[in-house]
Amino acid sequence: MDSFAALAHGMAIAVQPMNLLYALIGVFLGTAVGVLPGIGPALTVALLLPVTYKLDPGGSLIMFAGIYYGGMYGGSTTAILINTPGESASMATALEGNKMAKAGRGGPALATSAIGSFVAGTIATLGLAFLAPWLVDVAVRFGPEDYFALMCLAFVTVSATFGDSPVRGLTSLFIGLTLGLIGIDKLTGQARLAFGIPELLDGVEVTTLAVGLFAVGEALYVASRRHHAEEKLEPVRGSLWMTKEDWKRSWKPWLRGTLFGFPIGALPAGGAEIPTFLSYSTEKRLAKHPEEFGKGAIEGVAGPEAANNASAAGTLVPLLTLGLPTSATAAMMLAGFQQYGLNPGPLLFAERPDLVWGLIASLFIANAMLLILNLPLVGLWVKLLAIPQPWLYAGILVFATMGTLAAKPSVVELSMLAGFGVMGFLMRRFDFPIAPVVIGLILGPIAESQLRRALAISLGDPMTLLQSSISAALLGVALIALLAPFVLKGLGRFKANED
Amino acid sequence: MASFQTRLLGAVVALMLAASCPALSQQLELKLMAPAAPGGGWDQTARAMQQALVAAGIARSVQVTNVAGAGGSVGIAQFVNGAKGDGNQMMVNGFVMVGALAMNRSPVTLDQVTPIARLTEETQVIVVPANSPIKTAQDLASALKADIAKVTFAGGSAGGVDHVMAALFARTIGADAKKVNYIPFSGGGESLAAILGAKVTAGISGLSEYEGQIKSGKLRALGVTSEKRMAGVDIPTFREQGIDMVLANWRSVVAPPGITAEQRKTLSDAVERMVKSDAWKDILKQKGWDDAYLGGDAFADFLKKENARVTDVLKSVGLVKS
Repeated sequence: MDSFAALAHGMAIAVQPMNLLYALIGVFLGTAVGVLPGIGPALTVALLLPVTYKLDPGGSLIMFAGIYYGGMYGGSTTAILINTPGESASMATALEGNKMAKAGRGGPALATSAIGSFVAGTIATLGLAFLAPWLVDVAVRFGPEDYFALMCLAFVTVSATFGDSPVRGLTSLFIGLTLGLIGIDKLTGQARLAFGIPELLDGVEVTTLAVGLFAVGEALYVASRRHHAEEKLEPVRGSLWMTKEDWKRSWKPWLRGTLFGFPIGALPAGGAEIPTFLSYSTEKRLAKHPEEFGKGAIEGVAGPEAANNASAAGTLVPLLTLGLPTSATAAMMLAGFQQYGLNPGPLLFAERPDLVWGLIASLFIANAMLLILNLPLVGLWVKLLAIPQPWLYAGILVFATMGTLAAKPSVVELSMLAGFGVMGFLMRRFDFPIAPVVIGLILGPIAESQLRRALAISLGDPMTLLQSSISAALLGVALIALLAPFVLKGLGRFKANED
Repeated sequence: MASFQTRLLGAVVALMLAASCPALSQQLELKLMAPAAPGGGWDQTARAMQQALVAAGIARSVQVTNVAGAGGSVGIAQFVNGAKGDGNQMMVNGFVMVGALAMNRSPVTLDQVTPIARLTEETQVIVVPANSPIKTAQDLASALKADIAKVTFAGGSAGGVDHVMAALFARTIGADAKKVNYIPFSGGGESLAAILGAKVTAGISGLSEYEGQIKSGKLRALGVTSEKRMAGVDIPTFREQGIDMVLANWRSVVAPPGITAEQRKTLSDAVERMVKSDAWKDILKQKGWDDAYLGGDAFADFLKKENARVTDVLKSVGLVKS
């Protein structure tokens, strides 16, 4: 069947009233759980699986997809408003988004993230509909050495989140890398830095670290500053909506973010975090006003948010074409397919085209619903910032603690949250950037295990990193990204001397 | 009147007793721990039990709790210490926990729990990419014998069932299990990608996980670990091919330590009745799990033997220090 005809047919299935209702329930639930830190879409789908057992497969899969997209939307709302990323993928959004919110530009930040998510989600879903079979062939060719090269590129771009001092940035990054070592080593099964505490064997949860550093640390810091000089929060300054200037500065980052998010999301070990960082650093480099970064640049919200949502659609590529779940939520959706005796994979498109295309079509609808649901909420959300600071931050602490405990009810987890909170406070107090810690925790373990896998396969020959053309190309780009600033600076000086 | 009511009540109670166990065990209010995050195999087993126990009227309510961490090490520690002597609690466990406890040098072991029953098992399979020169299990065996380090296996986490199987395969064909080049991946998805992309020589996983790929011809199955050829599965067993390796990824349910013989019997009976219920059979069919019910002392015996075998294999690959 021609893809266009199939998609049109799918649309007809998706707009059936019952399926529309499922999509609406899905996006609503998804937004709700995305807002809560700790409770992600994966957990929600897991808990809903037994309930949906009796429903028809099409409807409940449409609902799951709605939850998935909705979760990606919801995570950014708290990231922007209260500096508490609901998911690790919305951490990059918090960097600039929260600064914007504090400067009274919360409205435009939320709007650019909602519209950017819609744009990215729509483009990426189109990509899913038309490029999936081709893209998946490329994705499968990605071996451990190529992933390692991709991580190298990501590490190089991390410096964009360093702030003013590279030494402080690197210190933060290494703290994160060390935290990443905690737990069972994936390749040998031996415990590292766990100190005999069984709860540490699975490593440090990214959301616990992010919520501790960002939300708890911030609350402590604000509390400590109260008697010095109270930071005045203005809920709204200027327009609540995006100005013409905002639109102009947003549309390119949206598109670039999509270009990062969709293909990397489609990689079996790509994930949603890496494209958001890549997008953030790219926007910082390309921005006309790089000095605004760190103080609330709209590009830094638009890009990562688009990347985040595009990667969600990317994840569905290997899931639908190969039956490869590449994220926790995708794994749960796979379980959802299997509960109806369906096996996603090469045969699914041929065996159940109604289901697959109905699902893809409903992704478009879910996306549109999310935009309609979220834009009017912007005005309401922004009012949150008008809450007096002590109340707001007390609320944030309750919220952060509840979310962490909901995800993992254990004393150790709660102690870690508190410990990271204090760490976040001290880092703010002494001016160390926070984002690199979380990035280190996310990227470190992936880079390590991919490198060791690559070396195990090549029997210890490091040349394997250059023999793969994908890996060699990525390493080359990383090298250029690393050296270019120095070379350009040198050239600039050279020219200045000539004059 | 009062006496009439009492008598009526008495009659009703007698009737209920006459209807025997179902009514009595209606009183069962169980707590079932899945020592893993929601969504995994143990969690699905626990939730399937919950569904079947309630649907078949064996228990009034079943509450599933998740205690994730380190292949079940965190869950079992909490279970053994927190549920001691509680005849209303059970925990789901399985093959992977045996290895995880040994590797993590867990202070709590499976000797401490009260075995109830094995419930399900899943057959394992070894696959190669469709264009691989390796066609049969014997081809793979000769490749291993020629240069064991060059044969790379992709599978799940270190020390898990896939890893144990790779070592067991090497040992069965007379190669040095210590030199097996096993590459652990997190989750079936990532290892499947590595196999499809021909980054590794072979892949190991549960049969159901790769069934779609095998049927569509993207992967070639070399053999399955079942004892006899399975109905409806066109893949030879390893035994048929002269490699004596039988293994299954089993899942079971256990009770806390220190419960009375009576409490143990109540739980065992409840599980036995659940296994025979239509609700349970429906779930097995729908999830593609094989019924592997084994109750009572036979299961206790099995658990001991599996424990010894797995620990031995893990020692032979150096994952567990003796």
